[in-house]
Amino acid sequence: MALKRIGTQTVKLSNPPSIISTASIVGPKEGEGPLKDYFDVILEDDLWGQDSFEKSEAKLQEEAIKLAIQNADLSPNQIEYLFSGDLLNQITSSGYAARQLAIPYFGLYGACSTMTESLSLGAMIVDGGFADKVVCATSSHFSSAERQFRFPLEYGAQRPFSSQWTVTGAGATVLSSTGKGPYITYVTTGKIQDYGLVDANNMGGAMAPAAIDTISQHFKDTGYNPEDYDLIITGDLASIGKSILLDLMKKAGYDLSKNYTDCGVKIFDNVKQDTHAGGSGCGCAAVVFNGYIYKEMVKGNLNRVLLVATGALHSSTSILQDESIPGIAHAVTIDNMVF
Amino acid sequence: MENMNNKEYQKYVEQKIPKPTYAKNMLFAFIVGGLICVFGQIIGNILSNYGLNKEKVAAGTSIILVFLGAFLTGLGVYDKIGKIGGAGAAIPITGFANSIVSPAMEFKKEGFIFGVASKMFNIAGPVLVYGVGSSVIVGILYLILTKGG
Repeated sequence: MALKRIGTQTVKLSNPPSIISTASIVGPKEGEGPLKDYFDVILEDDLWGQDSFEKSEAKLQEEAIKLAIQNADLSPNQIEYLFSGDLLNQITSSGYAARQLAIPYFGLYGACSTMTESLSLGAMIVDGGFADKVVCATSSHFSSAERQFRFPLEYGAQRPFSSQWTVTGAGATVLSSTGKGPYITYVTTGKIQDYGLVDANNMGGAMAPAAIDTISQHFKDTGYNPEDYDLIITGDLASIGKSILLDLMKKAGYDLSKNYTDCGVKIFDNVKQDTHAGGSGCGCAAVVFNGYIYKEMVKGNLNRVLLVATGALHSSTSILQDESIPGIAHAVTIDNMVF
Repeated sequence: MENMNNKEYQKYVEQKIPKPTYAKNMLFAFIVGGLICVFGQIIGNILSNYGLNKEKVAAGTSIILVFLGAFLTGLGVYDKIGKIGGAGAAIPITGFANSIVSPAMEFKKEGFIFGVASKMFNIAGPVLVYGVGSSVIVGILYLILTKGG
Protein backbone atom coordinates (compact mmCIF):
# COMPACT_ATOMS: atom_id res chain seq x y z
CA MET A 1 0.00 0.00 0.00
CA ALA A 2 1.54 3.27 -1.10
CA LEU A 3 0.88 5.31 2.03
CA LYS A 4 2.74 8.41 0.89
CA ARG A 5 0.76 8.96 -2.31
CA ILE A 6 -1.82 11.71 -2.44
CA GLY A 7 -3.99 12.31 -5.48
CA THR A 8 -2.93 10.86 -8.78
CA GLN A 9 0.61 12.16 -9.35
CA THR A 10 1.92 13.46 -6.04
CA VAL A 11 3.90 12.00 -3.17
CA LYS A 12 3.87 13.62 0.28
CA LEU A 13 7.17 12.86 1.94
CA SER A 14 6.66 11.78 5.55
CA ASN A 15 10.35 12.08 6.44
CA PRO A 16 11.17 15.12 4.30
CA PRO A 17 14.86 15.20 3.34
CA SER A 18 16.75 18.36 4.15
CA ILE A 19 18.82 20.27 1.63
CA ILE A 20 22.07 20.62 3.55
CA SER A 21 24.13 22.32 0.88
CA THR A 22 24.20 23.38 -2.76
CA ALA A 23 26.71 24.56 -5.32
CA SER A 24 26.42 26.47 -8.56
CA ILE A 25 29.04 27.18 -11.20
CA VAL A 26 28.27 29.34 -14.23
CA GLY A 27 29.93 30.58 -17.39
CA PRO A 28 31.03 34.17 -18.09
CA LYS A 29 27.74 35.28 -19.70
CA GLU A 30 25.60 33.99 -16.80
CA GLY A 31 28.10 35.68 -14.48
CA GLU A 32 27.19 39.02 -16.04
CA GLY A 33 23.45 38.43 -15.63
CA PRO A 34 21.07 39.72 -12.95
CA LEU A 35 21.73 36.75 -10.60
CA LYS A 36 25.53 37.01 -10.63
CA ASP A 37 25.84 37.56 -6.88
CA TYR A 38 24.19 34.24 -6.09
CA PHE A 39 26.61 31.89 -7.88
CA ASP A 40 29.49 30.15 -6.09
CA VAL A 41 31.89 30.16 -9.03
CA ILE A 42 31.84 32.29 -12.19
CA LEU A 43 34.18 31.11 -14.96
CA GLU A 44 36.25 33.58 -16.91
CA ASP A 45 36.66 31.18 -19.82
CA ASP A 46 33.96 28.68 -20.74
CA LEU A 47 36.53 26.07 -21.87
CA TRP A 48 37.89 26.08 -18.30
CA GLY A 49 41.33 24.84 -19.37
CA GLN A 50 39.88 21.81 -21.21
CA ASP A 51 40.44 21.07 -24.87
CA SER A 52 36.75 20.69 -25.79
CA PHE A 53 33.40 22.12 -24.66
CA GLU A 54 32.18 18.62 -23.80
CA LYS A 55 35.12 18.08 -21.46
CA SER A 56 34.52 21.51 -19.99
CA GLU A 57 30.89 20.59 -19.26
CA ALA A 58 31.91 17.34 -17.54
CA LYS A 59 34.35 19.34 -15.40
CA LEU A 60 31.61 21.87 -14.59
CA GLN A 61 29.37 19.11 -13.29
CA GLU A 62 32.14 17.30 -11.41
CA GLU A 63 33.33 20.48 -9.71
CA ALA A 64 29.77 21.52 -8.81
CA ILE A 65 29.16 18.13 -7.17
CA LYS A 66 32.48 18.26 -5.30
CA LEU A 67 31.81 21.80 -4.14
CA ALA A 68 28.32 20.92 -2.88
CA ILE A 69 29.72 17.95 -0.94
CA GLN A 70 32.51 20.13 0.45
CA ASN A 71 30.02 22.85 1.43
CA ALA A 72 28.23 20.20 3.52
CA ASP A 73 31.53 19.26 5.25
CA LEU A 74 31.32 15.79 3.78
CA SER A 75 33.53 13.76 1.48
CA PRO A 76 32.37 11.89 -1.66
CA ASN A 77 32.64 8.48 0.07
CA GLN A 78 29.93 9.55 2.52
CA ILE A 79 27.44 10.08 -0.32
CA GLU A 80 25.33 7.00 -1.04
CA TYR A 81 23.84 7.92 -4.41
CA LEU A 82 24.43 10.41 -7.18
CA PHE A 83 21.50 11.31 -9.45
CA SER A 84 22.53 13.33 -12.45
CA GLY A 85 21.97 13.98 -16.12
CA ASP A 86 22.61 16.46 -18.91
CA LEU A 87 21.67 17.28 -22.51
CA LEU A 88 24.43 15.65 -24.50
CA ASN A 89 24.10 12.35 -26.33
CA GLN A 90 24.24 9.41 -23.89
CA ILE A 91 24.50 11.97 -21.04
CA THR A 92 28.28 11.85 -21.26
CA SER A 93 28.93 14.95 -19.10
CA SER A 94 27.28 13.15 -16.19
CA GLY A 95 28.97 9.81 -16.85
CA TYR A 96 32.41 11.38 -17.07
CA ALA A 97 31.79 13.51 -13.98
CA ALA A 98 30.65 10.40 -12.07
CA ARG A 99 33.74 8.52 -13.27
CA GLN A 100 35.88 10.86 -11.16
CA LEU A 101 33.72 10.68 -8.05
CA ALA A 102 33.26 6.99 -7.20
CA ILE A 103 29.71 7.48 -5.88
CA PRO A 104 26.98 4.90 -6.79
CA TYR A 105 25.43 6.62 -9.80
CA PHE A 106 22.01 6.79 -11.45
CA GLY A 107 22.19 8.57 -14.82
CA LEU A 108 19.00 10.42 -15.75
CA TYR A 109 17.71 11.94 -18.95
CA GLY A 110 14.94 14.46 -18.52
CA ALA A 111 16.47 17.12 -20.77
CA CYS A 112 16.07 20.47 -19.02
CA SER A 113 13.73 18.93 -16.40
CA THR A 114 16.65 16.96 -14.95
CA MET A 115 17.10 19.18 -11.88
CA THR A 116 13.67 18.36 -10.47
CA GLU A 117 13.78 14.80 -11.81
CA SER A 118 16.96 14.20 -9.80
CA LEU A 119 15.59 16.05 -6.75
CA SER A 120 12.34 14.00 -6.95
CA LEU A 121 14.14 10.66 -7.08
CA GLY A 122 16.79 11.68 -4.55
CA ALA A 123 14.14 12.93 -2.11
CA MET A 124 12.05 9.76 -2.42
CA ILE A 125 15.12 7.55 -1.88
CA VAL A 126 16.05 9.44 1.29
CA ASP A 127 12.46 9.62 2.51
CA GLY A 128 12.05 5.89 1.95
CA GLY A 129 15.05 5.12 4.14
CA PHE A 130 17.25 3.82 1.33
CA ALA A 131 19.97 6.40 1.87
CA ASP A 132 20.97 9.16 4.28
CA LYS A 133 22.97 11.36 1.91
CA VAL A 134 22.48 11.77 -1.82
CA VAL A 135 23.57 14.32 -4.40
CA CYS A 136 21.33 15.55 -7.24
CA ALA A 137 23.04 17.39 -10.07
CA THR A 138 22.83 18.52 -13.67
CA SER A 139 24.70 20.67 -16.17
CA SER A 140 24.52 22.24 -19.60
CA HIS A 141 26.96 24.19 -21.74
CA PHE A 142 26.03 26.69 -24.42
CA SER A 143 28.75 25.63 -26.83
CA SER A 144 28.38 21.86 -26.46
CA ALA A 145 24.60 22.18 -26.88
CA GLU A 146 24.91 24.46 -29.92
CA ARG A 147 27.10 22.01 -31.78
CA GLN A 148 24.83 19.07 -30.98
CA PHE A 149 21.48 20.74 -31.64
CA ARG A 150 22.15 23.76 -33.87
CA PHE A 151 24.88 25.39 -35.95
CA PRO A 152 28.66 25.78 -35.52
CA LEU A 153 29.52 28.74 -33.28
CA GLU A 154 31.22 30.75 -36.04
CA TYR A 155 28.42 30.22 -38.58
CA GLY A 156 26.71 33.50 -39.37
CA ALA A 157 23.09 32.48 -38.79
CA GLN A 158 20.36 34.67 -37.32
CA ARG A 159 18.48 33.40 -34.27
CA PRO A 160 14.68 33.73 -34.23
CA PHE A 161 13.11 35.86 -31.47
CA SER A 162 11.54 32.75 -29.93
CA SER A 163 14.90 31.01 -29.55
CA GLN A 164 16.52 30.59 -26.15
CA TRP A 165 20.10 30.71 -24.95
CA THR A 166 21.48 27.51 -23.39
CA VAL A 167 22.90 28.26 -19.97
CA THR A 168 26.53 27.32 -19.32
CA GLY A 169 26.38 26.09 -15.78
CA ALA A 170 26.08 23.23 -13.34
CA GLY A 171 24.28 22.92 -10.05
CA ALA A 172 24.36 20.29 -7.34
CA THR A 173 22.24 19.72 -4.22
CA VAL A 174 23.09 17.52 -1.23
CA LEU A 175 20.01 15.94 0.40
CA SER A 176 20.20 14.44 3.86
CA SER A 177 17.85 12.50 6.11
CA THR A 178 18.75 14.94 8.90
CA GLY A 179 19.21 18.68 8.78
CA LYS A 180 17.58 21.98 9.51
CA GLY A 181 16.06 22.60 6.11
CA PRO A 182 14.95 23.73 3.68
CA TYR A 183 13.08 20.46 3.14
CA ILE A 184 11.61 18.75 0.11
CA THR A 185 8.05 18.01 1.16
CA TYR A 186 6.09 17.12 -2.00
CA VAL A 187 7.01 15.56 -5.31
CA THR A 188 4.65 15.82 -8.29
CA THR A 189 5.80 13.80 -11.28
CA GLY A 190 4.70 15.05 -14.66
CA LYS A 191 3.18 13.30 -17.66
CA ILE A 192 4.37 13.98 -21.20
CA GLN A 193 2.34 16.67 -22.95
CA ASP A 194 2.65 17.06 -26.70
CA TYR A 195 0.50 19.53 -28.60
CA GLY A 196 2.19 18.84 -31.91
CA LEU A 197 4.67 21.74 -31.95
CA VAL A 198 7.64 20.99 -34.24
CA ASP A 199 9.67 24.21 -33.99
CA ALA A 200 12.88 23.52 -32.03
CA ASN A 201 13.35 27.28 -31.87
CA ASN A 202 10.27 27.62 -29.71
CA MET A 203 10.87 25.38 -26.71
CA GLY A 204 8.84 27.54 -24.35
CA GLY A 205 5.70 26.95 -26.40
CA ALA A 206 6.38 23.20 -26.60
CA MET A 207 7.00 22.79 -22.86
CA ALA A 208 4.39 25.15 -21.41
CA PRO A 209 1.52 22.58 -21.57
CA ALA A 210 3.58 20.13 -19.48
CA ALA A 211 4.24 22.79 -16.83
CA ILE A 212 0.55 23.79 -16.83
CA ASP A 213 -0.52 20.16 -16.43
CA THR A 214 1.95 19.39 -13.62
CA ILE A 215 1.23 22.60 -11.66
CA SER A 216 -2.57 22.17 -11.93
CA GLN A 217 -2.25 18.52 -10.92
CA HIS A 218 -0.08 19.53 -7.95
CA PHE A 219 -2.79 21.89 -6.73
CA LYS A 220 -5.51 19.24 -7.21
CA ASP A 221 -3.50 16.52 -5.46
CA THR A 222 -2.36 18.61 -2.48
CA GLY A 223 -5.32 20.95 -2.12
CA TYR A 224 -2.96 23.93 -2.19
CA ASN A 225 -3.60 27.16 -4.05
CA PRO A 226 -1.15 29.50 -5.75
CA GLU A 227 -1.29 31.79 -2.65
CA ASP A 228 0.18 29.01 -0.51
CA TYR A 229 3.50 29.56 -2.24
CA ASP A 230 5.97 32.45 -1.95
CA LEU A 231 7.28 31.55 -5.37
CA ILE A 232 6.26 29.22 -8.19
CA ILE A 233 9.07 28.97 -10.69
CA THR A 234 9.36 26.93 -13.89
CA GLY A 235 12.66 25.77 -15.37
CA ASP A 236 13.16 27.27 -18.81
CA LEU A 237 9.90 28.33 -20.43
CA ALA A 238 11.46 31.77 -20.98
CA SER A 239 9.37 34.81 -21.91
CA ILE A 240 7.04 33.16 -24.45
CA GLY A 241 6.37 30.06 -22.35
CA LYS A 242 5.88 32.18 -19.24
CA SER A 243 3.23 34.27 -20.90
CA ILE A 244 1.45 31.15 -22.23
CA LEU A 245 1.51 29.58 -18.77
CA LEU A 246 0.09 32.67 -17.06
CA ASP A 247 -2.70 32.92 -19.67
CA LEU A 248 -3.76 29.31 -19.64
CA MET A 249 -3.48 28.84 -15.87
CA LYS A 250 -5.78 31.83 -15.46
CA LYS A 251 -8.27 30.19 -17.81
CA ALA A 252 -8.03 27.06 -15.65
CA GLY A 253 -8.91 29.18 -12.60
CA TYR A 254 -5.46 29.71 -11.08
CA ASP A 255 -4.12 33.26 -10.90
CA LEU A 256 -0.32 33.04 -10.81
CA SER A 257 0.38 36.63 -11.77
CA LYS A 258 1.65 37.60 -8.28
CA ASN A 259 4.17 34.88 -7.47
CA TYR A 260 5.14 33.11 -10.67
CA THR A 261 8.27 33.46 -12.75
CA ASP A 262 10.65 31.32 -14.77
CA CYS A 263 14.36 30.51 -14.29
CA GLY A 264 14.98 31.27 -17.98
CA VAL A 265 13.54 34.76 -17.46
CA LYS A 266 15.51 35.39 -14.23
CA ILE A 267 18.97 34.33 -15.38
CA PHE A 268 19.60 36.77 -18.23
CA ASP A 269 18.75 40.34 -19.02
CA ASN A 270 17.27 39.49 -22.42
CA VAL A 271 17.60 42.99 -23.82
CA LYS A 272 21.14 43.78 -22.65
CA GLN A 273 22.50 40.27 -23.12
CA ASP A 274 20.76 39.57 -26.46
CA THR A 275 19.38 36.23 -25.30
CA HIS A 276 16.05 36.60 -27.18
CA ALA A 277 13.35 34.70 -25.23
CA GLY A 278 15.64 33.82 -22.31
CA GLY A 279 17.74 31.01 -20.87
CA SER A 280 17.32 27.27 -21.31
CA GLY A 281 19.18 24.03 -20.68
CA CYS A 282 19.49 21.73 -17.67
CA GLY A 283 21.87 24.23 -16.12
CA CYS A 284 19.23 26.97 -16.16
CA ALA A 285 16.97 25.55 -13.45
CA ALA A 286 20.04 24.04 -11.75
CA VAL A 287 21.94 27.27 -11.14
CA VAL A 288 18.86 29.39 -10.45
CA PHE A 289 17.70 26.87 -7.84
CA ASN A 290 21.07 26.04 -6.28
CA GLY A 291 22.19 29.65 -6.42
CA TYR A 292 19.33 32.11 -6.14
CA ILE A 293 16.39 30.16 -4.67
CA TYR A 294 18.33 28.16 -2.10
CA LYS A 295 20.18 31.21 -0.80
CA GLU A 296 16.98 33.26 -0.60
CA MET A 297 15.33 30.41 1.34
CA VAL A 298 18.22 30.17 3.79
CA LYS A 299 17.96 33.93 4.35
CA GLY A 300 14.24 33.49 4.99
CA ASN A 301 13.15 35.76 2.13
CA LEU A 302 11.37 32.79 0.55
CA ASN A 303 9.80 30.11 2.70
CA ARG A 304 7.82 27.94 0.33
CA VAL A 305 8.76 27.39 -3.29
CA LEU A 306 7.34 25.18 -6.03
CA LEU A 307 10.18 24.40 -8.43
CA VAL A 308 8.96 23.01 -11.75
CA ALA A 309 11.82 22.21 -14.15
CA THR A 310 10.64 21.68 -17.71
CA GLY A 311 12.13 19.51 -20.45
CA ALA A 312 11.72 19.03 -24.19
CA LEU A 313 12.33 15.37 -24.96
CA HIS A 314 13.13 15.58 -28.67
CA SER A 315 16.43 14.96 -30.44
CA SER A 316 18.01 16.53 -33.51
CA THR A 317 17.11 13.32 -35.40
CA SER A 318 13.45 13.30 -34.30
CA ILE A 319 13.07 16.94 -35.41
CA LEU A 320 14.44 16.13 -38.90
CA GLN A 321 11.92 13.27 -39.09
CA ASP A 322 9.07 15.76 -38.46
CA GLU A 323 8.26 14.40 -35.01
CA SER A 324 6.70 16.89 -32.64
CA ILE A 325 8.33 17.92 -29.34
CA PRO A 326 7.18 16.02 -26.22
CA GLY A 327 7.25 18.24 -23.13
CA ILE A 328 7.69 17.16 -19.50
CA ALA A 329 7.65 18.98 -16.18
CA HIS A 330 8.34 17.70 -12.67
CA ALA A 331 7.50 19.70 -9.55
CA VAL A 332 9.00 19.62 -6.07
CA THR A 333 7.86 21.65 -3.09
CA ILE A 334 10.67 23.12 -1.02
CA ASP A 335 9.68 24.27 2.46
CA ASN A 336 11.58 26.04 5.21
CA MET A 337 9.21 24.50 7.75
CA VAL A 338 7.87 20.98 8.00
CA PHE A 339 4.26 20.60 9.10
CA MET B 1 -5.75 23.18 -21.37
CA GLU B 2 -8.21 20.26 -21.53
CA ASN B 3 -10.58 22.10 -23.86
CA MET B 4 -7.84 23.03 -26.33
CA ASN B 5 -6.91 20.70 -29.17
CA ASN B 6 -3.51 20.59 -30.90
CA LYS B 7 -4.56 22.92 -33.74
CA GLU B 8 -6.05 25.51 -31.40
CA TYR B 9 -2.97 25.46 -29.19
CA GLN B 10 -0.58 25.79 -32.16
CA LYS B 11 -2.58 28.75 -33.45
CA TYR B 12 -2.56 30.34 -30.00
CA VAL B 13 1.24 29.87 -29.65
CA GLU B 14 1.79 31.33 -33.13
CA GLN B 15 0.38 34.68 -32.06
CA LYS B 16 2.60 34.70 -28.93
CA ILE B 17 5.80 34.62 -31.00
CA PRO B 18 7.20 38.06 -31.80
CA LYS B 19 7.15 38.64 -35.56
CA PRO B 20 10.52 39.01 -37.29
CA THR B 21 11.32 42.62 -38.13
CA TYR B 22 11.08 42.08 -41.90
CA ALA B 23 11.63 45.68 -43.05
CA LYS B 24 14.71 46.14 -40.84
CA ASN B 25 16.08 42.70 -41.83
CA MET B 26 15.66 43.45 -45.54
CA LEU B 27 17.31 46.85 -45.22
CA PHE B 28 20.31 45.39 -43.34
CA ALA B 29 20.56 42.46 -45.78
CA PHE B 30 20.56 44.98 -48.66
CA ILE B 31 23.25 47.12 -47.05
CA VAL B 32 25.54 44.27 -45.90
CA GLY B 33 25.09 42.23 -49.12
CA GLY B 34 25.52 45.39 -51.17
CA LEU B 35 28.72 46.36 -49.36
CA ILE B 36 30.19 42.89 -49.94
CA CYS B 37 29.36 43.16 -53.65
CA VAL B 38 30.80 46.70 -53.89
CA PHE B 39 33.95 45.42 -52.24
CA GLY B 40 34.07 42.58 -54.79
CA GLN B 41 33.68 45.13 -57.58
CA ILE B 42 36.59 47.16 -56.20
CA ILE B 43 38.78 44.03 -56.16
CA GLY B 44 37.65 43.27 -59.74
CA ASN B 45 38.51 46.80 -60.90
CA ILE B 46 41.94 46.66 -59.28
CA LEU B 47 42.65 43.29 -60.92
CA SER B 48 41.61 44.51 -64.38
CA ASN B 49 43.82 47.57 -63.90
CA TYR B 50 46.68 45.09 -63.59
CA GLY B 51 45.76 43.94 -67.08
CA LEU B 52 44.00 40.63 -66.25
CA ASN B 53 41.38 39.46 -68.75
CA LYS B 54 37.70 39.11 -67.83
CA GLU B 55 37.91 35.41 -66.94
CA LYS B 56 40.96 35.85 -64.72
CA VAL B 57 39.41 38.88 -63.00
CA ALA B 58 36.30 36.79 -62.11
CA ALA B 59 38.44 33.92 -60.77
CA GLY B 60 40.77 36.26 -58.87
CA THR B 61 37.90 38.19 -57.27
CA SER B 62 36.22 34.95 -56.11
CA ILE B 63 39.47 33.63 -54.68
CA ILE B 64 40.10 36.81 -52.70
CA LEU B 65 36.51 37.01 -51.41
CA VAL B 66 36.49 33.33 -50.38
CA PHE B 67 39.78 33.87 -48.57
CA LEU B 68 38.42 36.92 -46.75
CA GLY B 69 35.21 35.08 -45.79
CA ALA B 70 37.26 32.20 -44.38
CA PHE B 71 39.70 34.55 -42.66
CA LEU B 72 36.96 36.57 -40.97
CA THR B 73 35.30 33.32 -39.87
CA GLY B 74 38.56 32.24 -38.28
CA LEU B 75 38.85 35.57 -36.48
CA GLY B 76 35.31 35.18 -35.14
CA VAL B 77 33.99 38.19 -37.04
CA TYR B 78 31.85 36.69 -39.80
CA ASP B 79 29.18 35.33 -37.45
CA LYS B 80 28.67 38.89 -36.21
CA ILE B 81 28.35 40.16 -39.80
CA GLY B 82 25.86 37.32 -40.41
CA LYS B 83 23.81 38.27 -37.36
CA ILE B 84 23.32 41.77 -38.73
CA GLY B 85 23.24 41.05 -42.44
CA GLY B 86 21.26 37.78 -42.53
CA ALA B 87 20.84 36.64 -46.12
CA GLY B 88 22.93 39.62 -47.22
CA ALA B 89 25.92 37.97 -45.54
CA ALA B 90 24.94 34.36 -46.34
CA ILE B 91 24.31 34.54 -50.09
CA PRO B 92 27.53 36.16 -51.38
CA ILE B 93 30.49 33.82 -51.85
CA THR B 94 31.94 35.00 -48.51
CA GLY B 95 28.93 33.37 -46.81
CA PHE B 96 29.65 30.14 -48.63
CA ALA B 97 33.21 30.23 -47.26
CA ASN B 98 31.79 30.86 -43.78
CA SER B 99 29.45 27.85 -44.07
CA ILE B 100 32.42 25.56 -44.84
CA VAL B 101 35.05 26.98 -42.51
CA SER B 102 32.81 27.27 -39.42
CA PRO B 103 31.99 23.52 -39.16
CA ALA B 104 35.59 22.66 -40.10
CA MET B 105 36.77 24.71 -37.10
CA GLU B 106 34.06 23.45 -34.79
CA PHE B 107 34.61 19.75 -35.45
CA LYS B 108 38.42 19.75 -35.34
CA LYS B 109 38.13 18.15 -31.87
CA GLU B 110 36.77 14.99 -33.52
CA GLY B 111 39.94 14.65 -35.62
CA PHE B 112 40.94 15.57 -39.15
CA ILE B 113 39.11 12.70 -40.89
CA PHE B 114 35.81 12.18 -39.03
CA GLY B 115 35.78 15.75 -37.70
CA VAL B 116 37.08 18.40 -40.08
CA ALA B 117 36.80 16.49 -43.38
CA SER B 118 33.48 14.77 -42.83
CA LYS B 119 31.66 17.67 -41.08
CA MET B 120 33.05 20.42 -43.35
CA PHE B 121 30.14 20.16 -45.80
CA ASN B 122 27.41 19.84 -43.17
CA ILE B 123 25.86 23.16 -44.15
CA ALA B 124 27.30 23.72 -47.66
CA GLY B 125 26.71 20.11 -48.78
CA PRO B 126 23.02 20.52 -49.70
CA VAL B 127 23.87 23.72 -51.63
CA LEU B 128 26.51 21.85 -53.62
CA VAL B 129 24.31 18.80 -54.27
CA TYR B 130 21.31 20.79 -55.51
CA GLY B 131 23.43 23.47 -57.19
CA VAL B 132 25.42 20.95 -59.21
CA GLY B 133 22.33 18.77 -59.70
CA SER B 134 20.18 21.57 -61.10
CA SER B 135 23.01 22.79 -63.37
CA VAL B 136 23.18 19.29 -64.89
CA ILE B 137 19.44 19.34 -65.55
CA VAL B 138 19.63 22.82 -67.10
CA GLY B 139 22.59 21.59 -69.22
CA ILE B 140 20.61 18.62 -70.54
CA LEU B 141 17.60 20.84 -71.33
CA TYR B 142 19.87 23.29 -73.11
CA LEU B 143 21.39 20.49 -75.18
CA ILE B 144 17.94 19.13 -76.18
CA LEU B 145 16.50 22.57 -76.96
CA THR B 146 19.49 23.76 -79.02
CA LYS B 147 19.67 20.46 -80.98
CA GLY B 148 15.92 20.65 -81.60
CA GLY B 149 16.27 24.26 -82.75
